[in-house]
Amino acid sequence: MNLNKWIKENTFHHSQFWDIKQLIEEKEKQGLTISLCLPTLNEEKTIGKEIILFKSELMDRYPLLDEIAVIDSGSTDQTREIAAAYGADVYLSADILPQVGEKKGKGENLWKAVYQLKGDIICYVDADIANIHPRFAYGLIAPLLYNKEMKYVKAFYDRPLAFSHGIRPSGGGRVTEILVRPLFSLFFPDLTGLIQPLSGEYAVRREVLEKIPFPIGYGVETSHILDVYKEWGLEAFGQTDLDQRVHRNQETLSLGKMAFGILRAFLARSASMGLDVDMSKLSSIMRQFQAHDENYEQTECEIVEEERPPMITLPEYREKFGRD
Amino acid sequence: MSRTYASIEEIIGDLPAIREVCVSLRETLLANLVMIGEIPAPTFKEEARVDFLLQRFSECGLTNTSSDECGNGLGILPGKTRDRNILLLAHADTVFSERRDHTVSVHTDHIHGPGIADNSLGLAVLATLPTLLEKLGLELDSGLILMGAARSLGRGDLEGTRFFLENNKIPVTAGICVEGVQLGRLSYASAGMLRGEVTCRVPEEYDWIRRGATGAILILNEVINRILSISLPRRPKTSIVLGSVEAGAGFNIIPTEGTLCFEVRSESAEIVQQIALELDDIMEDVASQTGAEVTLDVIARREPAGLPIGHSLVKQTREIMSSLELLPHITPSISELSTLIAHGIPAVTLGITDGERLHEQRETVKIDPIFTGLVQLVAVLLAIDGGFCDESE
Repeated sequence: MNLNKWIKENTFHHSQFWDIKQLIEEKEKQGLTISLCLPTLNEEKTIGKEIILFKSELMDRYPLLDEIAVIDSGSTDQTREIAAAYGADVYLSADILPQVGEKKGKGENLWKAVYQLKGDIICYVDADIANIHPRFAYGLIAPLLYNKEMKYVKAFYDRPLAFSHGIRPSGGGRVTEILVRPLFSLFFPDLTGLIQPLSGEYAVRREVLEKIPFPIGYGVETSHILDVYKEWGLEAFGQTDLDQRVHRNQETLSLGKMAFGILRAFLARSASMGLDVDMSKLSSIMRQFQAHDENYEQTECEIVEEERPPMITLPEYREKFGRD
Repeated sequence: MSRTYASIEEIIGDLPAIREVCVSLRETLLANLVMIGEIPAPTFKEEARVDFLLQRFSECGLTNTSSDECGNGLGILPGKTRDRNILLLAHADTVFSERRDHTVSVHTDHIHGPGIADNSLGLAVLATLPTLLEKLGLELDSGLILMGAARSLGRGDLEGTRFFLENNKIPVTAGICVEGVQLGRLSYASAGMLRGEVTCRVPEEYDWIRRGATGAILILNEVINRILSISLPRRPKTSIVLGSVEAGAGFNIIPTEGTLCFEVRSESAEIVQQIALELDDIMEDVASQTGAEVTLDVIARREPAGLPIGHSLVKQTREIMSSLELLPHITPSISELSTLIAHGIPAVTLGITDGERLHEQRETVKIDPIFTGLVQLVAVLLAIDGGFCDESE
């Protein structure tokens, strides 16, 4: 598919989908169920507001969502209590599929949600969004309802608070612009059409989620994009402009670790994507610097980027969802 | 539940059932509160907030919704009879600039954000009321006019409410003004009021060597001292609030201009008038003594008026509050209520919940008491609708 054609046809703005009643009609016509998953770790400041808005607007007022679930990594604050108080289904990640053990990372929660939630479409939304609005869910779900070939819809955010010229730079965060986009440009130019490949908000069909592996850490979004691209091609993707997203800003050192995890996830797919990289020869240690007065010391952080296998390979999953 | 009520006692007997339905709409109300609270609405810039309110009214199935040329948002729930209409209004504006971060935070027992109490909650209650009445199965005899009032605060001087009452063709039988806080508030009278802004200007070539009279701040200080020396009577109750002072730009720049915003409140119109005359004298005196330009701009004025304490609307409201174990905190109003009363419409102002840090960034409302506030509001509405608040001619 031509990249410009893809950008034109598969890029949306949430305001195109303001008629939620029409979305519900479409959903009912197709007999689909939709789940909203909020992965959490210590999000007590924002989780209550997210659940109130999604439940009130997209369950009680307009029944677009069939379930709202919080998959928590073991928060030590009031996240789970607040989420339950406002009517979300709350699960501790470790309690889901306990026989496969527990790994720490957002990807783990996303993967376990595939087993725990019932929806034919799962919409993932980060729980730390300060300016949450129902569009964060319906803006991503809608393209899947209106386009049967589309399988994976990502959010992007594009409305600067103030900009004085007609043309403005548009793109992702720092890691996207200095790592992911150069990588994609080098190896998979088609994927550069994704404006924010690392955004934490996306809606995906179950038939896709169950067939792709989930890195448990930073690499989950990148690996999803590569795996979906390889299996279903560029036309499987859509992207929706959700205007502005207000969230915590990350420190540069944290971004460094994120970039390292993403690189490992990328390189781990290199062989299957036709590139020649021997993963066993690559280091799993990320080295960074910190300074105490005049002394500089190196810190080492091991980032292995473990992966969970495609959910469909688990007998428990095949039994629960009747997959032969 | 769906019924008509033969007496105020019957309404009171139904309050527990009404509360249950109110509680079942918790997420709906709180979602409205969050979404309204995150739309900035400084006075004269309420449009986006009013649009949201109108959108909510339409979604609730109200067929007659519109905004008027003054920016008020209106939704009408038709009643079973055409001759009675109850006006429920909440001011749509807040004291916060649109540049302020309007993020709202939700916790288990409270919500905070700028303007959340004054008056995002009042507006959220209006936005939720059609759904609440539908869920209660209540069809009122009276038509219900729901109004998000624009241009209420400060320089707005209740322009939205005044415009509506002067231009609307629908007869209004009674009114309820909804304020976010405080639960237990009962206003049925308005105080006399004069709201003014004093501006001092000194020429830039002002002699900075002259001791004691350098710059606008010192002149403003003199004005303040003189205002504070006005003797105020204990009865009728009278007060002068010095609300804000603005002047100056740094450590060593002599300020050439300063403003003081203040409000005089009194139960007596004569005393307000007397103070107004004294203020004029003060301005003239300070100007002549200092050589500066000192002007008083009167921004708003209200005449004291009200319902008698024995009015059926007041009595039944107190009865309902007492059945909810609310101790009425009776306070004169200088807001929308005064306009309704000035138009001969019996009206009260009610608060919805407990709150704190009013007009601060972390303005807070408590969640649980909201349901008592809602029950109180529905009960007073039913009492008016049932004719239990009517005065015999």
